[in-house]
Amino acid sequence: MKPSELKADHFKGYPAQGRELTTKHLALLRQLPRVFLPILLREIIEYDWKFPVERSELENQLAYLESLSPTQLTGLMSSFERFTLPANFDQSDIVMQPGRFEQRLTAWLWSTRQMDEFQKAAKEYGERLNAANPGHSPSIPRLSIVAIGQGVAENSNPLFRKLRPQGVHFTQVNPENGMAHLRQTVTTRARTHPLSYGHWYIDGGPPLEGTWDGVTCVSYATLEPMRAALLHKMRSAIQGGEAGPEALRNTLLGMQPTELCGRERDPILGRFQVNVLTEGSGTQIFSTTFAQWTAREALRRAQPVTLLVRFAPRQRQRSMDEILSATNPAAETNMDPIGSLIDADMGGYYTWINQQRLPNSNESFFLIWFEGHNEALAIGPTMPRGTNSSKPIDLSQMLALVG
Amino acid sequence: MNGTGQGSFSTIAGAVSRSRRDFLRSVGAVGIGSAFTGLRPLRAMTPPHGQKAVVVTFGGGARDEETFAPDGQENIPNLINELIPQSTFFTQVVNRGILGHYVATASLATGAYETINNFASLPPQNPTVFEYYRKALKRPASDAWVVAPSNGFNRIGESDHRSYGSGLGAEVILPKRLLSAVLSGSDADYRHLLSDNYETPLYTPEVGNSEIHMQQLEQILRLSVSDFTAHARSLSSPDELSVYIARQLMRELAPSLLWITLHDIDVAHSGAYSLYIEGIRRSDRLCAEIWKTIQTEPEYAGKTTMFILPDFGRDADGDSGGNGFQHHRTGDPLSRTTWMMAMGPGVRQGTVVDRPVESIDLAPTLGSLLRFPAQFAQGKPLEEVG
Repeated sequence: MKPSELKADHFKGYPAQGRELTTKHLALLRQLPRVFLPILLREIIEYDWKFPVERSELENQLAYLESLSPTQLTGLMSSFERFTLPANFDQSDIVMQPGRFEQRLTAWLWSTRQMDEFQKAAKEYGERLNAANPGHSPSIPRLSIVAIGQGVAENSNPLFRKLRPQGVHFTQVNPENGMAHLRQTVTTRARTHPLSYGHWYIDGGPPLEGTWDGVTCVSYATLEPMRAALLHKMRSAIQGGEAGPEALRNTLLGMQPTELCGRERDPILGRFQVNVLTEGSGTQIFSTTFAQWTAREALRRAQPVTLLVRFAPRQRQRSMDEILSATNPAAETNMDPIGSLIDADMGGYYTWINQQRLPNSNESFFLIWFEGHNEALAIGPTMPRGTNSSKPIDLSQMLALVG
Repeated sequence: MNGTGQGSFSTIAGAVSRSRRDFLRSVGAVGIGSAFTGLRPLRAMTPPHGQKAVVVTFGGGARDEETFAPDGQENIPNLINELIPQSTFFTQVVNRGILGHYVATASLATGAYETINNFASLPPQNPTVFEYYRKALKRPASDAWVVAPSNGFNRIGESDHRSYGSGLGAEVILPKRLLSAVLSGSDADYRHLLSDNYETPLYTPEVGNSEIHMQQLEQILRLSVSDFTAHARSLSSPDELSVYIARQLMRELAPSLLWITLHDIDVAHSGAYSLYIEGIRRSDRLCAEIWKTIQTEPEYAGKTTMFILPDFGRDADGDSGGNGFQHHRTGDPLSRTTWMMAMGPGVRQGTVVDRPVESIDLAPTLGSLLRFPAQFAQGKPLEEVG
């Protein structure tokens, strides 16, 4: 189907709000290049499960494209028009299955060695879009807190090596009631600056006890039934002869939250959790990967003003066959705390990078703490870069420094 | 649809190259000056009779941050202290093809950017170095071997090219598959050696015709099942198992063209940074062990050139389209740019080549070295080696 042939009826299978969006912008959708349209539709078909910031960005993108004159729109899209799909390219169901089209497009771009050109076109488009819609400034300076090393008694590996040039390395931190201080900071910010999906707590283990009013909470332990259901689905795919990562990915992409966890009270969060487990490589297996990827996706998609990520020990390495076969579930209790600390140290660095990608990053604060120990690092506009502090300090004092 | 990269490809690729060159200067192990000017072709240095070649690739590249950058050097002590001083080191090897391990390794072996499905059981489209070598020099099948731990590599030894193909390829051995074959059911002592890569957990293609069977293991490699399994029990990873089999091949058959693909590093796809680092350290150690074997095996000592190279890199931390070390999906310059070292008789020691070359140059370079034409290869022989 050519984009120009699109009709409102084609979108009747879309969720209600997404369908409304296509009706409103149908004239624009008809003008978009073939390789571009399905990528945008993949966003629209998910609109009902998007976070507020994402919805706003998508609406702004559509409004921006509609604000252009025909000549301007043609110019903006010219770099995508250059990609001419071959006659035998499967373009079926680009409306209802845009994700599958995107997979086929990706494979074609790689095999024809056009991926670099496509990435360049996408980058230029993104820059134009960002210039037109600079993004939302947070209501308060963003704060991300990362706790790593849970369960590690002694550590000989140098920590925060990649982050040290960015802030102050504290070596005399009083760890007493550390997690309680962190929790209080997060819940206080949620209470004083209420914001839908604006304050997050992600845990690689079971969640900390206590109330988290106004905070979006995701934990590896809580999602255990969902992870088990997902692994069961993967096993079924193997036993059903559905081998191969592409077939598996198609299966996972088509899954609904209700298939894994029943009816969620919060369908937006439920969808997010399913996406973390089905799209994030390793998130089903290693709690450290889960925590890092969930933080990445929360920052990228929801753009929270407050984020607390607590890493927990992950299971030791086992073969994928062993994990999927579930012949020895007890092995998951065999943990690798030192390896997890190294994973989490890198995960903290990536969390900072992902926070820095958001608007007003020069005003953001970041704190990473070796849980239960004396070492932490703080980054922010008031924190001198590349410095050390051996001054005794407790976490509540540190948190006061960073926001 | 976020854009990727932080500058033009040539700018970043150049920076990668500079960082490796600066590092090599800093360790003082190599004489760089002669590498950039006045380097004469080495064809005058006639390779000794019975030239052999061993190629070691990393299926799952390692980034500069974890290797040649200051913080990463602790992970590659053998490459730094032992191998680089003996090698000609190419600082800028660019892979412009598909960044999937099977298809990229196939491209290395054919010297042409293959476009086969990375996750399908398909032969390369272009002739491999094994076919070129065997056809041109009329060599038997036992003289070209591939050792690879990944299940997807069983078709790597032989293309479906009409002028080559059937019966002209390399023997392919997948040690992990062999171990699976001899184990009766689940055996906890060996599970760590059966790890699949985390990118393709469900991919298990049918075994190809050229794959060695258990009986061949006993007859050709002279390994009994009991010896094989007993030794496997002492190993810690699939790559160690591969190197063990490679050594056995070298000892028993002494193939003139041996290709070993290491894959432990690719555990990075699981997102566990510590396991990725362990994979790099293990690969560093195994490369040194392979070189040591070459030096000590009479059939190889003094007449073998070894090449070591990752098939490609991994995504940069700063690329918003990826997730840093975990994958190689963005096609950004760091994921496309890697390095290669060559060492052995006729290869200058302690030399750095800073000009950009392509990964597909390896196959015609092997052709130049072993005296066969790689006529369908798109790359060019590297005059510093061939």
